[in-house]
Amino acid sequence: MLWEALFLQLGYNATLVTIGAALLGMAAGATGVFLFLGKRALVSDAISHATLPGVGLAFIVMVALGGDGRALLGLLLGSALSAGLGLLCVSWLTRATRLGEDAAIGAVLSVFFGFGIVLLTVIQSMTAGRQAGLESFLLGSTAGMLWNDAVIIALGGAVVLALVVLLRRPMAAVAFDPEYVAASGGDVRRIELAMMGLAMAITVVGLKVVGLILIVALLIIPAVAARFWSERVGHVVLIAGAIGGASGWVGAAVSATAPNLPTGPIIVLVGFGLFLGSLLLAPGRGILAAALRHRRFQRRVHLRQGLLALAQGQPIYERLTLRLMRAAGHVRADGVATEAGRAQAARALQDERRWHLLRSDPRHEAAAARYDGLTPLERVLTPDQIAELDRELKPEGIA
Amino acid sequence: MALRLAREGGHPKPKADHSHSPLAIRGLTVSYGEKPAIFSVDMTVEPGAMTAIIGPNGAGKSTLLKAALGVVKPLSGSVSCWGAPLAKMRARIAYMPQRASVDWDFPTRVIDVVLMGMQRELGLLRRVRTTHLERAMSCLSRVGMEGFADRQIGQLSGGQQQRVFLARALAQEADLYLLDEPFAGVDAATEKTIIAVLKDLKAKGMTVVAVHHDLSTVGDYFDRVFLINTHKVAEGPVGTSFTEETLQAAYGGRLANLPKGAVG
Repeated sequence: MLWEALFLQLGYNATLVTIGAALLGMAAGATGVFLFLGKRALVSDAISHATLPGVGLAFIVMVALGGDGRALLGLLLGSALSAGLGLLCVSWLTRATRLGEDAAIGAVLSVFFGFGIVLLTVIQSMTAGRQAGLESFLLGSTAGMLWNDAVIIALGGAVVLALVVLLRRPMAAVAFDPEYVAASGGDVRRIELAMMGLAMAITVVGLKVVGLILIVALLIIPAVAARFWSERVGHVVLIAGAIGGASGWVGAAVSATAPNLPTGPIIVLVGFGLFLGSLLLAPGRGILAAALRHRRFQRRVHLRQGLLALAQGQPIYERLTLRLMRAAGHVRADGVATEAGRAQAARALQDERRWHLLRSDPRHEAAAARYDGLTPLERVLTPDQIAELDRELKPEGIA
Repeated sequence: MALRLAREGGHPKPKADHSHSPLAIRGLTVSYGEKPAIFSVDMTVEPGAMTAIIGPNGAGKSTLLKAALGVVKPLSGSVSCWGAPLAKMRARIAYMPQRASVDWDFPTRVIDVVLMGMQRELGLLRRVRTTHLERAMSCLSRVGMEGFADRQIGQLSGGQQQRVFLARALAQEADLYLLDEPFAGVDAATEKTIIAVLKDLKAKGMTVVAVHHDLSTVGDYFDRVFLINTHKVAEGPVGTSFTEETLQAAYGGRLANLPKGAVG
């Protein structure tokens, strides 16, 4: 059943929902990179919680007008209006008062969410039976989703994705160095507003699938996971889009096979799994790679120290150093240096003396900057340069 | 009024009118809260010269630059560039901010930072082509950083980062360069490189304005000074305007030990 869902074999509706969730995830992942890099991640939390009163009010208005209170387009419109109002409140509070953005977010988030919950309760007592499904906006649900709803979600995700691609350069520039963008004539506020607008669009489109409580995770988790894999912002956006898309796809498929589970948490958990994998396994920034690198570096330092101690006839006390020296064949099991070890040690000492001379000479400033106590000078200078250095070294080299 | 008349309509790459100052500031006042950071400042930048903006901490040096570029909104006053409004001449002005202001862990390489200097030409959709990359590399080699193009920006030393930001400004291929403390907290090699690049710009006829805090090098590095302490104190060639009297007026009692030979 799960395989069929993953490979889109569960019929038109489930297929479209899965594709819609994947598109939404891609758009959310890509948008989230700019929120994350611009340190605005929590603004999206305020936006998402601010959608709830809009959902409630839209329902009430649509019922009062004699329509179907659950029409998705109307609910999304309402949620967009109230999310926009919440966004304006946050931005106004930060600009016009001395409140920090974190405090403004906290205030707006709780007030709007509280009001939304009150509205949902009122609706429940008002029109019992007909409000079924509204609470699915909290945690998301794809069960029984209509064809039209799925089309709205897929289209919304695709449009946001296209806009992110279009605006990627100015948004990256503002996240990196807003002052420079302003000084070059860019409109920083408008670019930031566009970024927030995209986050709001993701939130509104994703309400039905992921739910308002967890949508922030779909914006942020792919971005932080993708950051482990690359040092280039364009690549981070691509990878975050892929991680978000995969989370949406798998989450929706799992949800299709287990309709009683809310969809949002499943999508978020899949995303978290990908985050965990990135954290552990990514080359470069992943923690396993970092630990391996650190260990390799530590061994090189110990070996170098051991060789220098050997060359200068000093005893070696550290056990790790001794073990490494033995393993490299520099000393015998009883601790006596081998022929090869002595030769290696002499070379290390020579290298150290050359470096010492090099670093005391301002003419070699560029080369001296590459000193790390480990790199042999042969890798930094040409044989000719080293020969020249050795000519200066001679007198004190003997002493 | 003559400034207004010099306007050109709808030309994509405005020609600089060299009969006007590259940067003329009139009555500029900027205030954070209710304390003015700069008050009614006039400044006329000499074309083709290197000008140092000098003054004590909190005198409004950086604010003057930022207001001139529209980064902070002035309460009053006007800015014109080559006799035209600032907005028309953006493409001819390059800016180098103080180093501390960016996120050093940002996923961007040295070459990407330099390419940001060409964002105006690249726009939203144009692809980065080999010619752009070659130009970025040549800007990097002018500041001696061509060997670092693929490094993440945070892996560089402070002086190297500063040189990369200078390369980004060079990539704008501007006629007027505004630099905020280019020599603050950099090593001797970087300082030498930066001043060589700036003098080279001057030799090519460009105009350079830099906020500067090391009074002992003013005479060696710059042609002109602009002394400020909230109000303008003095403006003119180093020989006549960088004197003990003007420094005293700008710094008040705060300048206890004037470096010997700084004033000439």
